[in-house]
Amino acid sequence: MIHCVLHDPNDSVAVVVVEGVKAGMTLTGLILDENRTLNLPCVQDIPLGHKVALKDMAIGDTVIKYGIDIGKVVAPIACGQHAHVHNIKTKRW
Amino acid sequence: MQKTFWGYRRENGRVGVRNHVIILPVDDLANAACEAVAHNIKGTMAIPHPYGRLQFGADLDLHFRTLIGTGSNPNVAAVVVIGIEEQWTKKVVDGIAATGKPVVGFGIELHGDHDTIMRASKAAKVFLQEASEKHRVECPLSELWVSTKCGESDTTSGCGANPTVGDAFDKLYAAGCTLVFGETTELTGGEQIVAARCRNDQVRADFMRMFDRYQDLINRHKTSDLSDSQPTKGNIAGGLTTIEEKALGNIQKIGKKCVVDGVLDKGEVPGGPGLWFMDSSSAAAEMVTLCAASGYVVHFFPTGQGNVIGNPILPVIKISANPRTVRTMSEHIDVDTSGLLQREITMDEAGDKLLAMMFRTANGRLTSTEALGHREFVLTRLYESA
Repeated sequence: MIHCVLHDPNDSVAVVVVEGVKAGMTLTGLILDENRTLNLPCVQDIPLGHKVALKDMAIGDTVIKYGIDIGKVVAPIACGQHAHVHNIKTKRW
Repeated sequence: MQKTFWGYRRENGRVGVRNHVIILPVDDLANAACEAVAHNIKGTMAIPHPYGRLQFGADLDLHFRTLIGTGSNPNVAAVVVIGIEEQWTKKVVDGIAATGKPVVGFGIELHGDHDTIMRASKAAKVFLQEASEKHRVECPLSELWVSTKCGESDTTSGCGANPTVGDAFDKLYAAGCTLVFGETTELTGGEQIVAARCRNDQVRADFMRMFDRYQDLINRHKTSDLSDSQPTKGNIAGGLTTIEEKALGNIQKIGKKCVVDGVLDKGEVPGGPGLWFMDSSSAAAEMVTLCAASGYVVHFFPTGQGNVIGNPILPVIKISANPRTVRTMSEHIDVDTSGLLQREITMDEAGDKLLAMMFRTANGRLTSTEALGHREFVLTRLYESA
């Protein structure tokens, strides 16, 4: 089963695409552009559609998805944690 | 891929895929009469809306352009127009009459609702019976105009439903179809990707002018970083975090090969085949209403969390790759591409699955939104009435 997908191998977050992802699981991630998989840890429960961090990130770091800047880190994120509005904000507007 | 579809060829040569007789109000005051006519003459459809009084300038121009465009759409066989006043009613009638299709208008002033409804019902009955004798004819695929706009997006939109549309758009573009996308503010963070896809420097400059104008509007009126509106609460519930992330998912709809051949103002009619960008709100019903007014006859609407929007005259095909949405909102979804996220189907197969549904829909199959009676007709306003 594919648990999450990355658009680009350089992405710092992946999208959970199944229900029931729980802390402690090892996730199988699909890199869409390359059609290959990788394994990653999960340290928090993450709902379908939400993102899991693929590496540790510090405040001010740029978050990469689709291989492109999607915003900035506003609270520290550890690899395997839930990455969303509580720790990432837009750089626009 | 099939090379033809079965449509209704209209007086001006354009091809529609529906055969509606619509009862079109010029203004809010005419809604009741229009609904009464549609009640009297079964098979006609009233399209009520809340505007049309004391508008002026560019906002009034857009109002007329949207109403005339809606009546002129080749999915419409004939139109009965009703307004409170004769003069603005005639303006809409004359605009639609330029297509050569049957259209007649009625002003309510000096007649009242009863007399207007009686005369308009008699005209609507004749139009409906004439329309019922129109037959579908085989038409080349290149004559199909297809629009797209996504809604209630989530992260699965960007990796599943939107790239499905993109794959289909790449194939339709190569077939010589006329295509459109828009949602100006929802390109924020990906605007340079769209700019790089423009046909030439002129198109690129036109696109960036529209993009920058909309950014200025937001900067002028915003009271926050817009994180309460863009992404929407539904987007955030679905896992989208920032406008940039939403935009990069949105842009997947224009595929990998399509070139942006030109830009359109709201409700403007494209001048030829290719992919057009239309400056537009990202609100679903506003955007789809504008696509119908521009003459598009089939709409691709990818969704993640499950948007239920339809349109009175434009069949809206819903695509979702979210496995929960296709399970819990199955009555709204026409094409399920959730298999993409488990590698059960390829992107090429997902695009073909959407195109197969597009042909069936163009040939007459009712979409989920049509079956469920979703007829959201929402006019875009530019500013206050006088």
